[in-house]
Amino acid sequence: MIEFILNNKHIKTAEHNGITLLDFIRDNQQLKGTKIGCREGDCGACTVLIGTLQENKIVNYQSITSCISPLGNAQGKHIVTVDGTNLQDKLTTAQQAMTDNYATQCGFCTPGFVVSLTGLALKNTFISYGDGLNAISGNICRCTGYKSIEKATKNVIDSLQKKDTSNPIKWLVENNYIPKYFATIPERLTAIISENKSTKNSNYVAGGTDLYVRNADKLAEENINLLTANNELTGISFYKDNCAIGALATVTDLMYNNAMQVYFPEIQSFLKLVSSEQIRNMATLAGNFVNASPIGDMTILFLALNCNITIKNADDKLRTIALKDFYTSYKIYDLQKNEIIVNIAFEVPDSSHHFNFEKVSKRTHLDIASVNSAINIKTSGNTIENVHLAVGGVAPIPKYLHKTSAFLVNKEVNIEVLKEANLVMQKEIAPISDVRGSSDYKRLLARQLFFAHFTKLFPKKISLTELVA
Amino acid sequence: MNSIKNIDSFGHVRGESLFVDDIIVQQNTLYGLVFDSPKAHGTIKKLDIAKAEAIEGVIKIFTYKDIPGENQIGGIIPDEPLLADNKVHFVGQPVAFIVATSDSIAKKARAIIEIEIEELPIITEAKEAAAKKQFINKPRTFNLGNTSKAFGDCDYVFEDEVFTNGQEHLYLETQGAYAIPMENGSIKVTSSTQGPTQVQKAIAKVLGIGMHHIEVDVIRLGGGFGGKEDQATPWATLAALATYLLKKPVKLILNRHDDLRMTGKRHPYESNFKIGLSKELKIIAFEADFYQNAGAAADLSPAVAERTLFHATNSYFVKNVKTTVYSCKTNLPPNTAFRGFGGPQGMFVIEAAIAKAAHEIGVTAKEIQEANLIQENDELPYGQIMTQAEAVNSWQSTIKKFNYKKLASEVETFNNKNKDFKKGIALMPICFGISFTNTPMNHARALVHIYQDGTVGISTGAVEMGQSVNTKMLQIAAQIFAIHPDKIKLETTNTTRVANTSPSAASSTADLNGKALLKACSAILERLKIVAAKELKVNEKELSLQNEWVYINSKKSSLSWKALIANAMLERIALSEKSHYVTPIIHFDKTTEKGHPFAYHVYGTAIIITTVDCTRGTYVFDSIKIVHDYGKSMNQGIDLGQVEGALAQGVGWMTMEEIAYDKKGNLLSNALSTYKIPDIFSIAEDIEVIPLETDGNEMAILKSKAVGEPPLMYGIGAYFAIQNAIKAYNPNYKLKFHAPLTPEKVLMSLYEN
Repeated sequence: MIEFILNNKHIKTAEHNGITLLDFIRDNQQLKGTKIGCREGDCGACTVLIGTLQENKIVNYQSITSCISPLGNAQGKHIVTVDGTNLQDKLTTAQQAMTDNYATQCGFCTPGFVVSLTGLALKNTFISYGDGLNAISGNICRCTGYKSIEKATKNVIDSLQKKDTSNPIKWLVENNYIPKYFATIPERLTAIISENKSTKNSNYVAGGTDLYVRNADKLAEENINLLTANNELTGISFYKDNCAIGALATVTDLMYNNAMQVYFPEIQSFLKLVSSEQIRNMATLAGNFVNASPIGDMTILFLALNCNITIKNADDKLRTIALKDFYTSYKIYDLQKNEIIVNIAFEVPDSSHHFNFEKVSKRTHLDIASVNSAINIKTSGNTIENVHLAVGGVAPIPKYLHKTSAFLVNKEVNIEVLKEANLVMQKEIAPISDVRGSSDYKRLLARQLFFAHFTKLFPKKISLTELVA
Repeated sequence: MNSIKNIDSFGHVRGESLFVDDIIVQQNTLYGLVFDSPKAHGTIKKLDIAKAEAIEGVIKIFTYKDIPGENQIGGIIPDEPLLADNKVHFVGQPVAFIVATSDSIAKKARAIIEIEIEELPIITEAKEAAAKKQFINKPRTFNLGNTSKAFGDCDYVFEDEVFTNGQEHLYLETQGAYAIPMENGSIKVTSSTQGPTQVQKAIAKVLGIGMHHIEVDVIRLGGGFGGKEDQATPWATLAALATYLLKKPVKLILNRHDDLRMTGKRHPYESNFKIGLSKELKIIAFEADFYQNAGAAADLSPAVAERTLFHATNSYFVKNVKTTVYSCKTNLPPNTAFRGFGGPQGMFVIEAAIAKAAHEIGVTAKEIQEANLIQENDELPYGQIMTQAEAVNSWQSTIKKFNYKKLASEVETFNNKNKDFKKGIALMPICFGISFTNTPMNHARALVHIYQDGTVGISTGAVEMGQSVNTKMLQIAAQIFAIHPDKIKLETTNTTRVANTSPSAASSTADLNGKALLKACSAILERLKIVAAKELKVNEKELSLQNEWVYINSKKSSLSWKALIANAMLERIALSEKSHYVTPIIHFDKTTEKGHPFAYHVYGTAIIITTVDCTRGTYVFDSIKIVHDYGKSMNQGIDLGQVEGALAQGVGWMTMEEIAYDKKGNLLSNALSTYKIPDIFSIAEDIEVIPLETDGNEMAILKSKAVGEPPLMYGIGAYFAIQNAIKAYNPNYKLKFHAPLTPEKVLMSLYEN
């Protein structure tokens, strides 16, 4: 049985845990406000909120796309659809802002925007205008051209500046953001006891953001082993110079982790290039690794961190392998049927390290890269002591550039070295032409992103003009 | 802005508005799924549905053999079967229709249908089809003056090739319909269509029964953009076919992948131009050949092709023009209407010609654009004499109001200072004709009931698809009856209430249906005034309605709206009215290709500024500033939304939206992960739209001009703004006119030698 709260209703269902949350909402519960746009997490028309009760008894709400979310992941949570935000006979503040600004035309994407904006209001942190745009970054509208939606978002954010952070739910209810019943949710969630059923089933699903795009029909009928119920696989911890990340950490977890922001001051702008907020809330780090897409953003980023992954088998035996040795060929990697990744560890950079991530796609946000690249350089004075360079989209696997990295060691950062390094790189990569770009383009782009690392990290020494001359 | 909001807003923001897929289904409803051709061209040698039909829960799999009437859904030309017979002509062509007790069972059945196709040669490109003489219909040519002679008098002559790719509509709501059996062999179909009559007609033809047996109802569309003008028909017809034969309700909602693969898009065009200018930069002569990639059947291609010719000179007056369009038959899904309807493809070519000429001569495109704008009484290539021309007015207003000179010099200064980033600026004037170019389609009807409690129900042929046409209809009735909007309801669009309608298209929906509604409301008002005059014992000419009350010479009388209606009932006065409107003046002779096809034109000018990241080949739009000719906008909030929305689609078409087929006719951009439309971050940060000051146009509803399509073409400026930035970075760049200008093409251009 799966037990959770849907809007103001207690749900206990014997439905299969692998059906999508969207189908449960629309077909089983006949709530038609949540729309089907694409069934691959790329439009946001099916956006709902998932509320998790935290230890401090506050519910943390995040937006997700219900079309690629397994119903089982709702266990013990509060799921909010647009219907669950509605007030009796009047509009919520988010709904009113959309109406006032002419931000709804055909109305099909609108419920998704409303839910995302409601999720924004429910955030337990300070909210800036940038957060507002991020909140709706996974919502596509084909009618308005977004300017009216931007205005609506701005209205919402302006009014949220007055939010009483000591009792946010009370304030949000009083200010017509959410219905009264939200105040009862923490207590009601406490009453739901989620048992940690251990199963030997190797049909693993975590966030589902990739598996459900490819295989939703199949997963709906299979008994799946939902890893997200496993608390041992979460968390981000630091010990001395090392960082350990639970395999189920989401992109959002990384993006807003305070320590990560200290070590990687630009992490938010890097990870903003990864998918949309809805997907970042669901997608796990290990999920990205085992997806094994040659263009996986997180994989490329963590290859440059030269991380190790710890793998556990059915008998709870552990082994550790470097991520750069994990992949053998296209979508083939060193993981047996009953094994899962449990942990990701890397050495945190100090001030002698320079880290950068680059990504170019047809659309800057919520798109798959044509080429992406990350680099981690340790310098001593003017000399490169050590470097880890990874480039995606240029090989059958997420590519750690062994030769190029080795070439750069003990070299000085200067134009000549970088030009030569590019030649080494061009021999090390072998992009193919596909819908993400021609091989010629990808080669040129790989060069440009490689150069971009250095113009960005060493602006005083390296200029693009000299590099491409 | 204080104009009335979209009347659907309340339901939309609460998720309570109903789309086809949201209707509570009847018991025993069956679910349809289309089995489509996996090959782009060939002869069907074997089709085995037996195994699939044997799956429990599969009720029936229909093929063309089951069709009781004609297997034909072609609109302009009858060349499109509903279900393929022995031949297939594109990947995605419907071959069989599976009906099962659930969608997932239907999917299992689809997976085991076996088809063997003997492949025939595949054509995916327009010029390739033309070389093989594969055409949909005869080419059309518009002629003015004598181009071959005029080129001899030109100081400059330039030629080049141009390509614009297709565009996926990407209405957020996919295609769909729900058919339910009624008594006496009749069927009611709720369809997500822009053309309910078209759907009704096609179903009647396919079933071999009268149109009176088919009721098509449209609640609203989750976006259409032309994609549901003709192409909503097959899905509604398939659902109706199954309902008719099984006597059960049948629902067919395409999933996104099926929708992308099976439906047509904006037409890709391959074109050639030749432009001749004088030293004074006057365009003396212009020739263009347009090769339209029509896909495997006519659909609306001939009409789209025609509009390309109508807009081939955009906002410019050229004395000698010769343009020819070829509708080329290829093995792609039949391409179809998309906001702008061939106009954008035509306009892009002349803007490319101007860009080429400017580059070669060494002037800015602006100088050429400015020297050739349409003036009052100019004659266009299709014979229409331009009156109330606003091309110069909108151009000059744009230059002045946004201080173009300052913007251009800022771009120049930036480019002089920065090496790794370059800015580009471009101007884009538009001139777009309003009316269906097929004159007989310019008509509409409205049905108004005043109920005895004083509330009002309105039915028209207009389909609500987000353009807020229903809001505009409500405004008209509220204005004439002087009653509160809450007292008025816009009914669904239904073929039994308003019959024989033209589709909601050509930007004309509000004009045509609004004018009909205006007539109907006015007729009732006249009758009501007679009742009131009798009651109040005054002359009816002294009467007016204000705020739900009768006024005598602007003094409030004792008679309220409610009492007036009650009185009219007692007096046995008709409180319902149906009115018919046809656009006056317009005509067009397709044999001479001359006439006066448009009620009026919509004008405007945009300035687009972009910044290109010359390291990465990516770009952002800093600002888009527009002076737009709304006439006298009847709803500024809604009309601004149309401008902004169309602009985003136009920019998307020019930049990131890239349709890709392989040589086998398989759609590669077959999902939202591979076909990208603008998201919130790709929109220009600063968009400003100022209404052009004009007197409005009487031919437009309440002088408020049509607004749906024209602003899309401002987006064309995005191409040339980016191109100008590329020119600023790479002096070796050879001008290319190949849209969309994706980051890939930009990066390759920045670094070409």
